[in-house]
Amino acid sequence: MAVSTIFIANRGEIAVRVIRAARELGLHTVQAVSAADGDMLAARLADAVAPVGPAHATKSYLNKEAVVRAALESGCDAVHPGYGFLSENADFAQMVEEAGLVFIGPRPETIRQMGDKARARQEAQAAGVPTVPGTEGVVADLDTAKAEAARIGYPVMIKAAAGGGGRGIRVARHEAELATLFPQASGEARAAFGDGGLYLERFIGRARHIEVQVLGDGKRAVHLFERECSLQRRRQKVWEEAPAACLTSEQRVALCDSAVRLAERVGYRGAGTLEYLFDDETGEFFFIEMNTRIQVEHPVTEMVTGIDLVRTMISIAMGEPLPLAQGDIALKGHAIEARICAEDPAADFRPAPGTVTGLALPGGFGVRFDTLLYAGYTVPPFYDSLLGKLIAHDESRAAAITRLDRALGELVVEGLPTTAPLHRALAADPAVRAGRVHTRWLEEWLAAAPLAVPLAAPASPAPTPA
Amino acid sequence: MAKTIQAPLPGTFYRASAPGEPPFKLEGDAVAVGDTVGLIEVMKSFTPVVAEEAGTLIAFHVENEDAVMAGQPLYDLG
Repeated sequence: MAVSTIFIANRGEIAVRVIRAARELGLHTVQAVSAADGDMLAARLADAVAPVGPAHATKSYLNKEAVVRAALESGCDAVHPGYGFLSENADFAQMVEEAGLVFIGPRPETIRQMGDKARARQEAQAAGVPTVPGTEGVVADLDTAKAEAARIGYPVMIKAAAGGGGRGIRVARHEAELATLFPQASGEARAAFGDGGLYLERFIGRARHIEVQVLGDGKRAVHLFERECSLQRRRQKVWEEAPAACLTSEQRVALCDSAVRLAERVGYRGAGTLEYLFDDETGEFFFIEMNTRIQVEHPVTEMVTGIDLVRTMISIAMGEPLPLAQGDIALKGHAIEARICAEDPAADFRPAPGTVTGLALPGGFGVRFDTLLYAGYTVPPFYDSLLGKLIAHDESRAAAITRLDRALGELVVEGLPTTAPLHRALAADPAVRAGRVHTRWLEEWLAAAPLAVPLAAPASPAPTPA
Repeated sequence: MAKTIQAPLPGTFYRASAPGEPPFKLEGDAVAVGDTVGLIEVMKSFTPVVAEEAGTLIAFHVENEDAVMAGQPLYDLG
């Protein structure tokens, strides 16, 4: 279907990213704006803006009816949902298509299928992709639990079937512990959730978070290698890399091929990411879920493959076949992304919206900064704290860390604190430099030595442009 | 003589701890020092609005889930 104008149903840096890709494809853009976002960078860059409601996201960017109506009334013929908000909302994708607009993403049915973790796990198993070993449902009694735990392998997690959000979880390291914890967990689950049903899953204590980027056209899929996103705080990624330096080339091939098998099995269309846990003690990887959208950390993949993911997802949505064969995609060098947020790392990451009174952005060879900032912009308090993403690309991981640190040193944001000092501390840390991290590493590291950095942004004046 | 209490920080103002929960304070309720009057969500993190003065809550100036800026009138205390 011919597309001439894209409606950007998002905000912030990803809206800017999509507008740039659309413009390079010769397309027009209309930017959705809430009442709080009229002066954001994406609104300034788009060809036109369309109001979608009040500041609060549930009444604007998350209001499906308002977004579809604004897209239709502004004369758009396609909708890009970015990440977050409605990007993985199958009902929204369906409403967009039923309104006669192109949804730049997977088919609604694929979003629904992969958004259901149990169904995604079944599809993965059917495609021969390893999943975290566990029981296929509730375990009837302790004897069955012992037999299942022996099959799964210790340590095992005992989880309440009716639980969620990490509640009601116990870890048993051996059979004697299982015998003690299983009845306890069942009693607690009954008390907390009214249902004593338990299931078991392998516990991976020192897991790394590794994910594979895929592109598909509904028939054929390719992978663009993997990213490692193990440095997380409160389950939010902080620092992301491509490729994952902890993998051997054999492990990389097995992981990435498994992602392509699953993407082709579900007839995946657009850009997507398959998330895995990697146990670097055993070399095993396990599929956990799929994100059916573009991700925050997509630039590191773009830097090491040279492929514009956002532009490609737009062209696929316009009905073009996948422009790449697997053999066309090669890995070059190493890239790292540091998420720069409006938070004060010296005050337990207190969110800190405010006005940017001075700004100097880093540059130079191998440096990219995807941001929503401009001097004078007031960062509103209503949304995510992400201000921008600093990406450094170089020939090796060690060189990329050095380049990232050099670029961080050039970044000046005056008027509000940012998480840049956290990234400088990470870049200097021997464990980070050696790549010896896992998904709980950053929180343990912060707990051991809280960052003592100035509350305000660096006092040094912005360099005068030449 | 009524006194107007201002929002201590910008964000989204909530009158209850969660949707469907009763409001922390109703108009006409007594407010003691240290009472929670509402929550302000700033960039997805929640900060309680705690009363620094006692009195009777006369009226709110903002509705539940309204956007507020720091210094904006929040409620009147009598």
